[in-house]
Amino acid sequence: MGTYVLRRILQMIPVFIGATLLIFLMVYTLPGDPIAALFGDKAADPAQVAQLRHLYYLDQPLWKQYLHYMWNLLQGNFGTSFTGRSVAALMGDAFPVTIRLALVAFAFEIFVGIPLGLLSGLKRGSLLDTLVLIGTLIVISIPVFVLANVAQQVVGVNLGWVTPTVQNSNDISQLILPGLVLGSLSLAFVTRLTRTSIGENRRADYMRTAVAKGLPQRTVISRHLLRNSLIPVVTFLGTDLGALMGGAIVTEGIFNVKGVGNLLYQAIRHKEGPTVVGVVTVLVIVYLVASLVVDLLYAVLDPRIRYA
Amino acid sequence: MPGATRVRWVLVSATAVALVASGCSSSSSGSSSSNANATFTYQSGEPQNPLQPANANEVNGGRVIQNLFRGLVDYDPSNSQIRMQVAEKIDTSDSQTFTVTLKSGWTFHDGTPVKAKNFVDAWNWGANVKNNQINSDWFSDIQGYADVHPKSGNPATGQMSGLTVQDDTHFTIKLANKVSYFEYKLGYPAFSPLPDGFFNDPAGYGQKPIGNGPYQFVSWDHNSQIVTKAYPNYQGVDKPKNGGVVFKAYTTSEAAYADLQSNNLDVMDQVPPSALASYKTDLGSRAIDSPQGAIQSIGFTLYQPDWSGANLNKVRQALSMAIDRDTITKTVLQGSRKSATAFVAEGVAGYKSGTCTACKLDVAQAKTLLQEGGGVPGNSLKITYNADGGHKEWVDAVCNNIRQNLGVNCVGDPKPDFKTARAAITGHQIDGAFRTGWVQDYPLNANFLAQVYRTGASSNDTGYSSPQFDQLAKQADEAATVQDSETGYQQAEGVLAQDMPQIPLWYYRTNSGFSTKVQNVSFDSFGNPVWTAVQVKG
Repeated sequence: MGTYVLRRILQMIPVFIGATLLIFLMVYTLPGDPIAALFGDKAADPAQVAQLRHLYYLDQPLWKQYLHYMWNLLQGNFGTSFTGRSVAALMGDAFPVTIRLALVAFAFEIFVGIPLGLLSGLKRGSLLDTLVLIGTLIVISIPVFVLANVAQQVVGVNLGWVTPTVQNSNDISQLILPGLVLGSLSLAFVTRLTRTSIGENRRADYMRTAVAKGLPQRTVISRHLLRNSLIPVVTFLGTDLGALMGGAIVTEGIFNVKGVGNLLYQAIRHKEGPTVVGVVTVLVIVYLVASLVVDLLYAVLDPRIRYA
Repeated sequence: MPGATRVRWVLVSATAVALVASGCSSSSSGSSSSNANATFTYQSGEPQNPLQPANANEVNGGRVIQNLFRGLVDYDPSNSQIRMQVAEKIDTSDSQTFTVTLKSGWTFHDGTPVKAKNFVDAWNWGANVKNNQINSDWFSDIQGYADVHPKSGNPATGQMSGLTVQDDTHFTIKLANKVSYFEYKLGYPAFSPLPDGFFNDPAGYGQKPIGNGPYQFVSWDHNSQIVTKAYPNYQGVDKPKNGGVVFKAYTTSEAAYADLQSNNLDVMDQVPPSALASYKTDLGSRAIDSPQGAIQSIGFTLYQPDWSGANLNKVRQALSMAIDRDTITKTVLQGSRKSATAFVAEGVAGYKSGTCTACKLDVAQAKTLLQEGGGVPGNSLKITYNADGGHKEWVDAVCNNIRQNLGVNCVGDPKPDFKTARAAITGHQIDGAFRTGWVQDYPLNANFLAQVYRTGASSNDTGYSSPQFDQLAKQADEAATVQDSETGYQQAEGVLAQDMPQIPLWYYRTNSGFSTKVQNVSFDSFGNPVWTAVQVKG
């Protein structure tokens, strides 16, 4: 187990280097000149442009820029944005917001999605099962911006239960509505995955054995059925957590949440290399760690799986 | 956990209902009395640069700077005329050397007095190429600018020879050339004074600016809001009638509009395109529709052989006369623009309607002119625009007009975003025509003409070069008074009507609104609210 984890962590290093290099190249090939764009509609003054290019290290060849960036990164310096603020500070503002938003969405998926899937999987063909199927179908087929705008209009403007947009991105109670909207699509997937998985495993041999042993139904379901059925769901949730951490540009935009999606979008628009690479680097790490945790959870859920 | 979530929900909805209820009662009983100490919120965004006056050329930083600082002069929001602020008077006999006399009693927010030295030091600092100020070329009229801002290498000196401090309240500005309307430029935020402390720590002051304007800086919660409060010792003619402005960052105008409708935002910048059709019914008397000093045009690649021919001005006039501006502004643009009849936006000093003689729809005349001019090269026209600015709809409509009325094969050529389109335009990689426009730096016709149409001017993207226009512009620059300069530039505008280097399309308008908590909201020609006049109902 220990060596397995160590090996996985060592594998992350080349993935990390490759990912940062790719993102660096991609930002570099974005069309347009970020320094000239600072001047907006007005003609850029060549002398000033040359000075600014030098200041942001943009007057160097690409490989030098990359090495310079990586060298700073190794020293814990993520660079500076055009606003003069350090990228670390920008991320320090945005990530806590996105983590809160992701937590709301993630909790919604787990604590509503799995029970719903369990119930409808156990009572296949019942009214509840049909309702869950129709409900999830509707959620899956509606684009998130429609859902978000309708929720904002109805709950925020018409009913006035909450403010239409988030007034303080750090207040988790204000993030509930955006979080529910953000989590709704994955909720539908989680419900359906759980339902199918439960349906399959109900007929498994070990289930018959458990029932034949005379175990109480509660134990049969929670110990034997649910645990084994959760493997595909956990796989999905793991990657979904990564996706949630990457921020949700559409949902964040509609509810005016100042999270990672918003930061990344602005940075790409301004072609701010350090910010884009910095944020994506952190996201790559989040993904890698999330997938490692998912793999380790398999062993917890299914006693047949062992890592050496 | 689901239980906890539900409890939170109830709490949130209960407080929200309570807030709405109290809001209702206060507004129904509220008369027009106002609370001079209450602040109001304005839709803004995170500034792109540190808050230094010579570094703010985008709206989010610009509107904060403009409230924290006051220069020698500003513009009267009601008529765009020059209004003296820190300056007592600005004298000149030859439109080249200006003697500035300051009023006494003005102080910075840190209590130090505003002296002549603060202006001179600030301008020298802003012009210095080493200080990386985006707006440094605003100082390029001043004698000695090239010394502090050389084309390459380090500046030889930190002082422009054209600026001389005489005493605490007097200094002189000597320009490299005559600029009769230089006073107008002085209202631009780049010409603000800076306190002595600034020069020790420019970066720190860029995060916590100290100015001399009607509002003083309180806090900058990055990506969330910038809070200001009224400065009690403000000496300007426009004393704030409210307690301060809170600039709230929004990522989209849709979100801001939803907040405005539910009174979570007091004044907004521009309603989102999706609300243009409905905002006047949504907001009633709280809707704003006022002119802005900005114009949108189609520029031609006069640097290409295709468009540099002698008779092709007639073709450009023909294209202009084939465009049904009134219908497009009403339908496609939903009343957010007003048809242009001149090369200068409506409302700025020196504006004269009707100078663009070919800006009226006249299909018969257009066909004749097209024939006389020898037709559009290749009988096809490509209009390049940036796809991220909501231009597609009107470019398609204009092309439809041109196709139907003149039989010219006209198509739009979208570039993914603004900076890509700008790079293509300034790099002369356009084939035929492109979307362009001009937003006033100061409300004077010279600003719309000199910077765009003069030979080699910094924003002359068409490559237009007319000795006649240049001559008239030079005369206007050397005129004795601003009024003479305005008429001079009107004559120069006549040359443009003949040559048609650009087709003026329409003037921008401010389509905005405000919440029920504020009153007396009006907008100036920069598209900014008259900040100090806004009253918060008390």
